[in-house]
Amino acid sequence: METYGSHSFPGRLFVVEGVDGSGKSTQIALLRQWLISEGYTVFFSEWNSSPLVKKTTSKGKKKQLLTPTTFSLIHATDFADRTEHDIIAPLKAGAIVLADRYIYTAFARDVARNVDRQWVRELYQFAVKPTVAFYYRVPLEVSLSRILTGRNELKYYESGMDLGLSSDPYESFKLFQERIVSEYEKMIDEFGLTVMDATLPIPEQQRRMRKIIRPYLQGVRRMRGPAKETAWAGLAREMRPSLTDAQGRSA
Amino acid sequence: MTELAFYGIDAIHLKQRDELLPGRLVVIEGTDGVGRSTQITLLRPWLESSGYAVVDTEMTRSVLAGAGLKQAKEGHTLGPITLNLYYATDFVDRFESQILPALRAGFIVLTDRYIYSLMARAIVRGADPRWIRSIYGLALKPDAVFYLKVGLDDLIPRVLQRGGFDYWESGMDMRLGADLFESFVNYQTLLLEQFELMTREYGFQVIDAGLPVDQLSDQLKQRILPLLPHG
Repeated sequence: METYGSHSFPGRLFVVEGVDGSGKSTQIALLRQWLISEGYTVFFSEWNSSPLVKKTTSKGKKKQLLTPTTFSLIHATDFADRTEHDIIAPLKAGAIVLADRYIYTAFARDVARNVDRQWVRELYQFAVKPTVAFYYRVPLEVSLSRILTGRNELKYYESGMDLGLSSDPYESFKLFQERIVSEYEKMIDEFGLTVMDATLPIPEQQRRMRKIIRPYLQGVRRMRGPAKETAWAGLAREMRPSLTDAQGRSA
Repeated sequence: MTELAFYGIDAIHLKQRDELLPGRLVVIEGTDGVGRSTQITLLRPWLESSGYAVVDTEMTRSVLAGAGLKQAKEGHTLGPITLNLYYATDFVDRFESQILPALRAGFIVLTDRYIYSLMARAIVRGADPRWIRSIYGLALKPDAVFYLKVGLDDLIPRVLQRGGFDYWESGMDMRLGADLFESFVNYQTLLLEQFELMTREYGFQVIDAGLPVDQLSDQLKQRILPLLPHG
């Protein structure tokens, strides 16, 4: 079994991280469109999406069967299935894999739930180290207002109600998010996360992201040549559909 | 009293909570078809008739992950790392919601396999030993681990008698041989090697699984008796 940092594949792995409402999903969607237009083979992988684990996770959440440890383990199982199918196989095949949330989401959430910091890092040793891991940093007031506007219900685990921080779901959510942010901040140096300013205008964030990624694309095989438009020409058009679903979505 | 001792990180924070576990944790280990469940069926009424409250537990019986794991094993997309972690989820759910509460309440917990089988299977499937040990490092060290030891030659007729070679018990997910039988032989050989390595490391009490059922049971009872409260 290869462990974190020891894999070597012809493909590239770019991941986005950040709290709900940081706008990271918008950014990775824009990046995906660009890479496709540049002629690359792109594989997209989302947090919590394994068909083998889905029912177990939703049963655990619905019936509130999950402790911090089993919450951590079931998400690791889900992520293992994604790693085996959606990440390692395409990377071996030379594709560009984009992941919306990665192991750092688990580290932030699980440790915020008081799972042992070292134990959860060991648990994810099988993960492939990303080529670049972007952390979309946003002030808590901004992400909270983006997430809570228009939401009338927060789920039990999503709001960290299992921690007993507050009996009010909104208050609990805020306190839980605060803990998560503090874990992300600690991971910047530990894992060499690339910090992005998520308060900048969306096109500016995207320009910066593409600039960082460009050097890593050297040597990656393309299916075809890039589309005729220049790199930024399509940006305004690409953004329109994604802007509508950029808010109020959570993982 | 089951001591608060662990092989690795106490990730559930039992020490921090100063848990008291007046029960006893007794593990029956051994490879597939060696007669573990028969022995547990015999031990349970013996303990109960002596006035002890008994809980037994076995793999894939967790409320959380048992059904999902079984379903995942029926398909053809389950990879080895996912399989290992699904088992770990199943184990920790049983550990937290069955084993720990029973130990807190002073029960004798009889478990049909524990982390050792799970680690052996994972390592045989290519898992990094350090990785899998660190995950299961959160488990309590049992009061006793009885390893029902059998050689491959004795295992084969037992398995045949019981209905033949099973896909997973033959390691067919790894296709270790040209057919079910060859894969079974190779897979079980690897498993038995892992058990052998673990015997010293984890202090297994080895019992010859080739003994007649009642003699084997007597041996287990003799060794369990001194572990019991007021035994």
